[in-house]
Amino acid sequence: MSIFSLFRKQRSAPMARERLQVLLAHERASSGSDLVSVLREEILAVIAKHVQLDSDKVHVKMDRDENVSILEIDVEIPLDAALQAA
Amino acid sequence: MGKVIVVTSGKGGVGKTTSSAALGAALAHKGDRVVIVDFDVGLRNLDLVMGAERRVVYDLVNVIQGEAKLSQALIRDKRLETLFLLPASQTRDKDALTPSGVETVITELKRVFDWVICDSPAGIERGATLAMRHADIAVVVTNPEVSSVRDSDRIIGLLDAKTVKAEQGERIEKHLLLTRYDSNRAERGDMLKVDDVLEILSIPLIGIIPESMDVLRASNIGAPVTLADARSAPAMAYFDAARRLAGEVLPITIPGEKRGIFGKIFGRKAA
Repeated sequence: MSIFSLFRKQRSAPMARERLQVLLAHERASSGSDLVSVLREEILAVIAKHVQLDSDKVHVKMDRDENVSILEIDVEIPLDAALQAA
Repeated sequence: MGKVIVVTSGKGGVGKTTSSAALGAALAHKGDRVVIVDFDVGLRNLDLVMGAERRVVYDLVNVIQGEAKLSQALIRDKRLETLFLLPASQTRDKDALTPSGVETVITELKRVFDWVICDSPAGIERGATLAMRHADIAVVVTNPEVSSVRDSDRIIGLLDAKTVKAEQGERIEKHLLLTRYDSNRAERGDMLKVDDVLEILSIPLIGIIPESMDVLRASNIGAPVTLADARSAPAMAYFDAARRLAGEVLPITIPGEKRGIFGKIFGRKAA
């Protein structure tokens, strides 16, 4: 790396390479069945058995990293349903 | 018995038809009998790239539906007498291709030709899966660009699952053809390098085709790039790739990388 590269835009190819490696590792692992969407459906079904779910109040977030995927399911449970369950 | 090659990529616009025509012409140039079959029903373009658009009478769908004989639908190239083209239909939709019809046509072509090159449509639907179905060898055309690499990875998965060879437990021979490569941009770090793509897709490389004006020029005049200007950089790269397909072992050179001092000074602006 020369002094001139300090003034240049960052190289984009390494980023492309890294993004592809992470993405394809996931796509290859879950070829055919999408594990995350299966989990999402099943987890929501279990919750729905016990409380009435308002689909507008369910937030599902996904973050795929090199070694782990994080599936975040955020379900807002109405107060009366929570009382009933208690 | 001839060999069946599928030229495929998943993504559109990466150079499948250009490569099918160029490789087919290169193989026919050394005397082999070659037929290139356009599987892009509804959006045929191989005829245009090869300069035979005004000579299409019957097409693949006519043959499959029994409306024409195979010999009636084959178009002989005007420049190479061992090169033939089987055009796709422009008016039917892709459902007109049936698995059994395609099998019959390919079997018949294999008996007569040394090479049957199947030019796949983009996507992963019927046309693309039927184009790869009977292949012995797959040429996966990829640009050094993220969406193309991702789609190639998907196609490689399909080749290992949906081809007759794969279903019989055999391995289909897969080769990477890297097209539109610009070694200057790769050197500057703004384009995926050959090694990056190879490492990600992990199939052997059959050739690197440089980004070049000659490719557009060839399609403008309706000739495979290997016939339009046999000494241009992309043509030479395609000739080498064709020789590797035929089993020769040749070292792979990265086009445009061996530039002298003048190239280094003036090359960037010119590129």
